[in-house]
Amino acid sequence: MKLITAIIKPFKLEEVRQALTELGVEGLTITEVKGFGRQKGHTELYRGAEYTIDTLPKIKIEILTNDNDATNITNVISKSANTEKIGDGKIFITNVDEVIRIRTGETGSDAI
Amino acid sequence: MKLYNYCLIAFATLLSPAVLSSEINSGDTAWILTATALVLFMTLPGLALFYGGLVRTQNVLSVLMQCFAICCIVSVVWVIYGYSFAFTGNGPIIGGTDGLFLSSLARDASSGTLPESLFIVFQMTFAIITPALVVGAFAERMKFSAMCIFTILWVTLVYLPACHMVWGGGYLSSIGVIDFAGGLVVHATCGVGALVAAMMLGPRKGFPSGSLVPHNRPMVVMGAAMLWVGWFGFNGGSAVAADSSAAMAILVTHISAAVGALTWMIVEWIKTGKPTVVGIATGMVAGLATITPASGTVGPQGALLIGLLAGLICFYATQMIKGFFKIDDSLDVFPVHGVGGILGILMLAFVGKPNGFLGAGAAGFNPSVFEQFMIQLQGVVVICLWTLVFSWIALKITSLITNLRVSEESEYEGLDITEHNESGYSAS
Repeated sequence: MKLITAIIKPFKLEEVRQALTELGVEGLTITEVKGFGRQKGHTELYRGAEYTIDTLPKIKIEILTNDNDATNITNVISKSANTEKIGDGKIFITNVDEVIRIRTGETGSDAI
Repeated sequence: MKLYNYCLIAFATLLSPAVLSSEINSGDTAWILTATALVLFMTLPGLALFYGGLVRTQNVLSVLMQCFAICCIVSVVWVIYGYSFAFTGNGPIIGGTDGLFLSSLARDASSGTLPESLFIVFQMTFAIITPALVVGAFAERMKFSAMCIFTILWVTLVYLPACHMVWGGGYLSSIGVIDFAGGLVVHATCGVGALVAAMMLGPRKGFPSGSLVPHNRPMVVMGAAMLWVGWFGFNGGSAVAADSSAAMAILVTHISAAVGALTWMIVEWIKTGKPTVVGIATGMVAGLATITPASGTVGPQGALLIGLLAGLICFYATQMIKGFFKIDDSLDVFPVHGVGGILGILMLAFVGKPNGFLGAGAAGFNPSVFEQFMIQLQGVVVICLWTLVFSWIALKITSLITNLRVSEESEYEGLDITEHNESGYSAS
């Protein structure tokens, strides 16, 4: 089992979510996050002066999946979140030892 | 303002000997009752929200608290000795002790055409907003206890003498300085006091490069809009009558606010590429502060020019204080209120003559434009020097009693939690 974590531009969230739903993904977790990468932060105006804000708002999506589906999912995210401009984000894939559905106690693939 | 009262009273008495100056006029009383509420509304919640939105998340309550506490402290000071020192007696700098604790106030006593009790509370609202404006200079770092002590000292050493000198029959009113609603008494004192406070406390951690930007701009806009409305009572009420002078004051006040806001917006738009909402609101405050002393003498055309120069000059003054002089007058009290108030005091000499430059609707004054300008300049020099020295003394005395600033750690965590043990926005 894999955990796919994608950091994307906030305005691309709806497009990514739709594409994933079409692929058959049944659940995901969304978090509003802040950070910086090569795009750096942004500036804000206050009474005629520019102030640098070191971080930018992004959206973090987390999806649990079976090993077989992981590539399809990352492909869909890569495609739907792409603007071909700096700051589009990243996708990380991590191995997951165990998954448990709280209501039924199911484990492993059954719990995804 | 007082001078005008005397002139009006003298004039009215000449025309109709039957009308005695001590007769209470219900129209005047009704309007000043309303204006009193409007001016208090400027501080609470207007200014408190304006400042509250401009600071960072972790300091929002501290600023609201400071404005609230100042309102209460100054009200008590005003009753105990403030009104007496400002408005009774004939000393050149400070008034008398006849009105201590308002012990000699009769229920039906009059002041001009108003009940004296009304004049007292109306003037109290001016005494409240002036130190509350200074909060913007030391926001996000001053200890609450130090602020309370400083407020009492500052009102006593700076506001009361300034008020007496200009409005209470003191030295500056006797030489003919025109300050209709407080360009000197309110805005120059709070501006210069702010500058002194900002320099003595030192800048906030992270100034000037850090991200010290407003945390809630909608709150700023709400507060600014309340200030605009309240200012009708501030300037219109300073006529101390429900008459054409009050009406003209409100008209010119509104014009200057609108033009000041537009000018700031346009300058900012050209300079930075975007018109900002904090910018348009700040320009409005600059326009209002600048028209304040002039609102009893200039006409609508004069107000257009005053608003224009207010937006332009206060904008660049703001850049200079923080950018060039590196003084962390955090919410720009000096460049907006101080510079605005002084600008209005000086400009009213040029656009205040009915037959002079842009003089349509103006009320006029007897000396020539140049003579009046020199009188106004004298007022500026006296009030600014007085404020400079006594604000420094007030802070020095305060610093002998307690630290002016919170610790570095408290400043980082925010004053809401470290000074008041509350937070403005709870996660749960």
